[in-house]
Formats: sequence, C-alpha cells, structure tokens
Amino acid sequence: MSAPTPPSADHAARESSPLPAQHEPRHLSPLTALTALTTPDDDAHLRDLHTRLVREAEEHGQLDVAYRTVSSAVGDLLLAATPAGVVRVAFAQEGFEKVLTELAARLSPRVLAAPRRLDAAARQLEEYFAGSRRRFDLPIDLTLAAGFRRQVLQTLPTIAYGRTASYAEVARAAGSERAVRAVGSACATNPVPVLVPCHRVVRSDGTFGGYRGGVEAKRLLLGLEGVTA
Amino acid sequence: MRPFEQVVAEHGATVLRVCRAVAGPDHADDAWSETFLAAMRAYPDLPAETNVQAWLVTIARRKSIDSHRARSRTHPTDQVPERLSTHGQPGGWERDLWEAIGDLPAKQQSAVVYHHVAGLPHAEVAALLGGTPAAARRAAADGIARLRRTYLEEEVR
Repeated sequence: MSAPTPPSADHAARESSPLPAQHEPRHLSPLTALTALTTPDDDAHLRDLHTRLVREAEEHGQLDVAYRTVSSAVGDLLLAATPAGVVRVAFAQEGFEKVLTELAARLSPRVLAAPRRLDAAARQLEEYFAGSRRRFDLPIDLTLAAGFRRQVLQTLPTIAYGRTASYAEVARAAGSERAVRAVGSACATNPVPVLVPCHRVVRSDGTFGGYRGGVEAKRLLLGLEGVTA
Repeated sequence: MRPFEQVVAEHGATVLRVCRAVAGPDHADDAWSETFLAAMRAYPDLPAETNVQAWLVTIARRKSIDSHRARSRTHPTDQVPERLSTHGQPGGWERDLWEAIGDLPAKQQSAVVYHHVAGLPHAEVAALLGGTPAAARRAAADGIARLRRTYLEEEVR
C-alpha cells in the first residue's frame, strides 16, 4: 500500500468499510484504529472535561472572565464576571458573540463558559424579574467604565426601586451639574444594565429616553417596578 | 484574540484524540486537562499569527508523553492492562494502539500523531518538526508502516 495521503479520515474510512464482522480481526490496519480514537459519546465526555477545566482554571486563578446566559422577561441576558464581580450584562440584541469578543479584547482572552461564578447573579435576577427582589446584593466590577461615566454609575444604585431620576438630577448627584449629556452617555454605555439601574434615569419631561436593551426593555423594567409614563 | 472558550470548543475533540493516541485510555483525560490548562495560561501572550491547532496538539503530545513517564515512574511493575473487548464496535478503541505509538521513534510518532490523529497537513507537520513537507510525509508513512508491523503483530499474538 502506498504512503497515506490526507485527508486521513477518508483514507481510513475506506479501509474500515465494510465494518468487520464479529469474528474477523478487530482492525484491518492502524489507520482504522486511529480513526476509532473518536467515540460516539465524546460530546458528553467533552462537556465533562470542560467542567473540569473550568474548575481547575478557577483553582489556578487563571479564569479571568466567566460567563453564562439566563433567560428573563427582557429576553436572554449574557452575564460575565471577573474574580472581582459581575463585569457585564448584555442584551441579546447586542450579539453575545460580539460582546464576548469585546470582553476578550478589553479584559482578557481567558474567557470560559463557567456558570457557577454567576449563580448568585442569575438567582437574584430571577428573583428581580419575579418581583420578589428590589435591590441586588452582588459584587460589581466597573472596570469597563472609566472616569466620569464610572462616577455616574456609582450613584445610580441610590435611585430606589420603583423611582426615577432625570439625567440632570443624576448629573448633580455625580458632582457635575452641567454634564447632563455625559450622564446620558454613561447610561447608554452602562456595562452592567439592570444590576446598575440606569433604566431608572429618564428625561426631565418624564419620557423614558433611550436604553441599551431597547426602549421596550426599559419600559418593561420600569413597569415591573410599578413606574408608568 | 478569540475568547478561549471558542478555542476549547473548536479543538477539544482533536486534542482528546491526540491524548488518547499517546497517553492511552487511563491518562487521556488528565493529559487533556493539563493541555488546556497550560494553553490557557499561555494564551494571552500567544503571537497573533500562531496556528492554534498546531500549537495545541504539540502541547497535547508533550503532556501525554509526560503522563506516560509519570506513570512508569510511579508504577514500575504495573500490570499489563486488561484488554478491552470492542468486537464489532466501530466507535471502540484499543488499549494497545497507544502502546505501539509510544514505541515509535520520536519523529515518526510526531508525524503520525500530528497528521493522522490531529489531521494537520504535512506542510504544517513539517513546520513543527523542522525539515521539509516531503520528510514529514515520509516520517508519517514510515510510522504507519512500523505500526502496521508492531500493532498488527500484537493483534495476531
């Protein structure tokens, strides 16, 4: 037989067909045996290995970004956390693949689907959407917001559940009365919406204004909290 | 740089084949885990032009050989493993194949594992081993020819 040529899988598949009957030798050649290194339940096995990798990466302190998705009244949400806390909540319309690529670029490419780090966030969000939770008790990592925007986000949790504040009021609270537009962009780029309640910031005339997850999502969140416009 | 999750999703199965071929059934999972842990550690500093699959299978082969060595160090009188019976199971795989692969000269082993197990083209195997694609192709062919003798002999025995 001549030297094997790629693609080797085809080559070996030819050799292994038809399948040997019960009493024939187990393998016709080493090439056949090499393709048999894949087994039918490998998908489940690889899931187990992935779980183990997540655990060991965490133990070695090299899981820089963990993520999972949850479903909610405003559609699927992507949750991502660093060891310091929840660093990103994304709406489906932002594109989860795109968001993960951004996180890899801006934080670290050591990103794994690792639900456990986000168990508490997922549970509290579920309670929030069920109406049984009014404030979140979670470590939040605001790494993705810098400067004045970050200052704005830090003041937002002072707006209570079911209340709203205008962009101008938030600007004043953040220590820069004239920075109304900057408050708008801080809210528009809030990396952790819902958890940091930028949805409670509305226009001075009482209309809702824009929202990262779409204005319908903002209306739904405020409606859930008993606010109507 | 892509999230590491995508790297695991894309190459996990290939790395598992390499680990099974070189480390054997009892140590393949350990070798797989060590491969991806080490890869994840180094990943942020990986040059952008790196062929990720080639990089991973190189680590996988090295970790698999290490697991071999560790085992023969700790269990010098290990019993010959019981043979799995996989008659008529197309998805089954054999304990002795990895032993026969383990006995190949290093270059043939690399060429066989990188090309036939991991599916890298000979040109990429050559880039890993040094030398020409023709030499890589020859090393793989010699390795398979040798396996045909050593592995099939065990079958007949």
